[in-house]
Amino acid sequence: MFYREAGQFKASYREDQQIFPIRQDRIGIVAAIVFFFLVVPLIANQYWLQAILTPVLIFSLAALGLNILTGYAGQLSLGSAAFMAVGAFGTYNFMLRMDGIPFLVALVLGGLCAAVVGILFGLPSLRIKGFYLAVATLAAQFFIVWVLVKFGWFSNHSTSGVITAQHVEILGYTFDSPLSKYLLTLAVVVVFALLAKNMVRSATGRKWMAVRDMDVAAEVIGIRLMGTKLQAFAISSFYCGVAGALYAYMYLGTVEPEGFNLDLSFKILFMIIIGGVGSILGSFIGAAFIVLLPVFLNVAMHTSLGEFIPANIAANLELIIFGGMIVFFLIVEPHGLARLWQIAKEKLRIWPFPH
Amino acid sequence: MAREIGEVILDLQNISLRFGGVKALTDISFNVRKHEIRAIIGPNGAGKSSMLNVINGVYHPQEGTIMFHGKPRKDMEPHMAASQGIARTFQNIALFKGMSVLDNIMTGRNLMMKSNFLQHALFLGSARREEIEHRKKVEEVIEFLEIQSIRKTPVGRLPYGLQKRVELARALAAEPSLLLLDEPMAGMNVEEKQDMCRFVLDVNDQFGTTIVLIEHDMGVVMDISDRVVVLDYGKKIGDGVPDEVKNDPAVIEAYLGTSH
Amino acid sequence: MTFFFEVLIGGLLSGVLYALVALGFVLIFKASGVFNFAQGAMVFFAALTFVGFTEVLPGWTGLEEGGSAVFWLAFVLALGAMIVLGIATEKVVLRPLVNQPPITLFMATIGLTFLVEGIAQGLWGAAVRGLSLGIEDEPVMWILDRFEMIISKFDVIAAAVALVLFVLLAALFQYTKVGRALRAVADDHQAALSVGIPLKHIWAIVWGVAGFVALVAGLIWGARNGVQFALTFTALKALPVLILGGFTSVPGAILGGLIIGASEKLGEVYIGPYMGGGIDSWFPYMLALLFLLVRPEGLFGEKHIDRV
Repeated sequence: MFYREAGQFKASYREDQQIFPIRQDRIGIVAAIVFFFLVVPLIANQYWLQAILTPVLIFSLAALGLNILTGYAGQLSLGSAAFMAVGAFGTYNFMLRMDGIPFLVALVLGGLCAAVVGILFGLPSLRIKGFYLAVATLAAQFFIVWVLVKFGWFSNHSTSGVITAQHVEILGYTFDSPLSKYLLTLAVVVVFALLAKNMVRSATGRKWMAVRDMDVAAEVIGIRLMGTKLQAFAISSFYCGVAGALYAYMYLGTVEPEGFNLDLSFKILFMIIIGGVGSILGSFIGAAFIVLLPVFLNVAMHTSLGEFIPANIAANLELIIFGGMIVFFLIVEPHGLARLWQIAKEKLRIWPFPH
Repeated sequence: MAREIGEVILDLQNISLRFGGVKALTDISFNVRKHEIRAIIGPNGAGKSSMLNVINGVYHPQEGTIMFHGKPRKDMEPHMAASQGIARTFQNIALFKGMSVLDNIMTGRNLMMKSNFLQHALFLGSARREEIEHRKKVEEVIEFLEIQSIRKTPVGRLPYGLQKRVELARALAAEPSLLLLDEPMAGMNVEEKQDMCRFVLDVNDQFGTTIVLIEHDMGVVMDISDRVVVLDYGKKIGDGVPDEVKNDPAVIEAYLGTSH
Repeated sequence: MTFFFEVLIGGLLSGVLYALVALGFVLIFKASGVFNFAQGAMVFFAALTFVGFTEVLPGWTGLEEGGSAVFWLAFVLALGAMIVLGIATEKVVLRPLVNQPPITLFMATIGLTFLVEGIAQGLWGAAVRGLSLGIEDEPVMWILDRFEMIISKFDVIAAAVALVLFVLLAALFQYTKVGRALRAVADDHQAALSVGIPLKHIWAIVWGVAGFVALVAGLIWGARNGVQFALTFTALKALPVLILGGFTSVPGAILGGLIIGASEKLGEVYIGPYMGGGIDSWFPYMLALLFLLVRPEGLFGEKHIDRV
């Protein structure tokens, strides 16, 4: 009834190629942005800002990065966390070693470091595919973390590579409070999400998807596999790198290389599986889901429900539920929660009439 | 028909292709002239698809030379063939299943799109203009092949016959000078075949595209092609205009399987 | 030079154990076409279930604690549990995902990894357990006397057990009806079905065998390092072995295991010190990667030709 595109005629290709062609979607996006920028700061408390919203946004960005590589370009990576680490340590070193460098510049440079490393570890994708490649990305995961721990230069010679984020100041304004950190994170994530949306709906995204769906046919119509795959690796790693830097500067404050371990990589992979492989919106939904689930379980365990569950099981409930959900989603809805949202929208278009 | 068959644009000389010990093609030579419809026929496993794969660089023959527009080429990669104006369709439909019809056809324009990912990310000015300009061209192809009503449909949801047509659209979007069609009418009913024949003839006629096609339906082949080359067990056993080939004893033997 | 051989032999022996874990992957891949990332979790599940039973069985049955009766009963029960787990995996996870792209199946097995780890610890607790197989981890005396090399007796026996297992499995696949059926299934599911091979039975048998291999691997690794969560990482050791040897080749898994084991130890001793040590986490992967760049089809894999 409310979500219907009837009557919205496109008179030009320009109109048909807007970022959100359906008017209700445009309204929805603007409303969401207004809500998160203006309303949330008024209603959310410190805990929500610091422990939920900011990490959800950061993980959304990382999931977006992985989604570009895996969901759009079809190259499975198990090393996202390592690229986050490169971004975090890159940004740290630019902040440390270049006096007066603006934070946002250091952030982008950190992301670029991750992009370069991403290209290096993407090189095997030119010769191997599928799970061979997935296993090869584990090399990046282990190698990068090892390098960051072993070579003290990266962490300014602190023990076991721990780095503490410097103060962030932009135009004389210090980003110390949870609210300011949340808003900065939100701004960065919104900008990068819109850029990603533009990329995937244009020729760049079409090339990625062509390589994903059928690489031989892509090559035959003139798409260079090498350039396209490496580009996806670079952009994906850039996104992960920026997310990693935000993870250090806007969320944890202090991070060590071991914090960017295989478990974190898996977590990001789970975000896109649950949220939706090949969906920008899905990256956000998945991140929110994965961050909120443990919080929710924790709350549930402290109510009367917790008494009925044996301690052993309770301690491992998170593992069991995560694992179970992944299997469940892959079987029942391989396109994740984002697809459910899309189905709901399609239903809404014809509601209240069934046909 | 008032078409002008021009000079030789593709000349294959003594092509041999092996996979390990298996000989797929042995010493095959034939040529394709500008503006003609050239058919390749032969029983299953005769090496027809391998032949197309050699022409557009998916396979690299061990021996022989390929002259395209008078220039010899060696070890060409498929994307290089594409940039020289060779487009093709596949025997088993090779569309991008996760994308809409429009996006699939737009990929056919990718070689002509010059803006980079940063311009795409910002989607301003030149990138937007370019997208619209190519969209116009793609819409012409869509109109030509009469698939307007399905342009926003994901290709996976389309019936077989339409998928074949979308694949042709994608190839045409590249505005090729040489179009390779691998069994464009396989698995179609009579009506769909008639449509497809009409499209192939129209492409050849209106755009002047040279076409090399593989087809099993002899009626279709004899009707629409200018010259036919016949392969059997990776060897060339016949070459000529349809009437010649039809009456060639070697061809008849290969098809009817006279005992040796 | 003695030292070099000592390191080399130590590496080869642990390589055999990597190969044992890799073998579990290869079996499942051959039969179901699935790259089962959960294999490491299954090794952990097997070892933990075995130890768990040895703890509770004396209380349930009155058998003597630590006796061989308890050992074998626990072994049989753990094997049973592995078969149940395997069949459940096949039914609940893999069957519904038939015809999905292999990468989807792979991701499902990553989910399965978490599920199996959670269930194993949920059932038996997360405490680290010791496990004794009655073999001491001491140098083999006559090698020490003769060649002045320290080679662990435990490693030698473990490697011998693994080798016997390899030979038995090779014989099973080569000479029995089941083995022939399995090879047919590995080649083409549809075709195997159409000639009347009972696919479900074959799958059950393969999962049973893979469970058995996982159990043996779990016992050996568990006896060496304690039965703990870290056992799941044995899978991470086996992955480079698989890249090297190919996912479908049993000899590939063995040779790959030997190469990885030997080069890992040699690398740690001869290259490691120059790089600050601890390189074993990534060295095998880099090695396998470099190898792949030269030969993408692995040691024994066949060159794949795309048909279009």
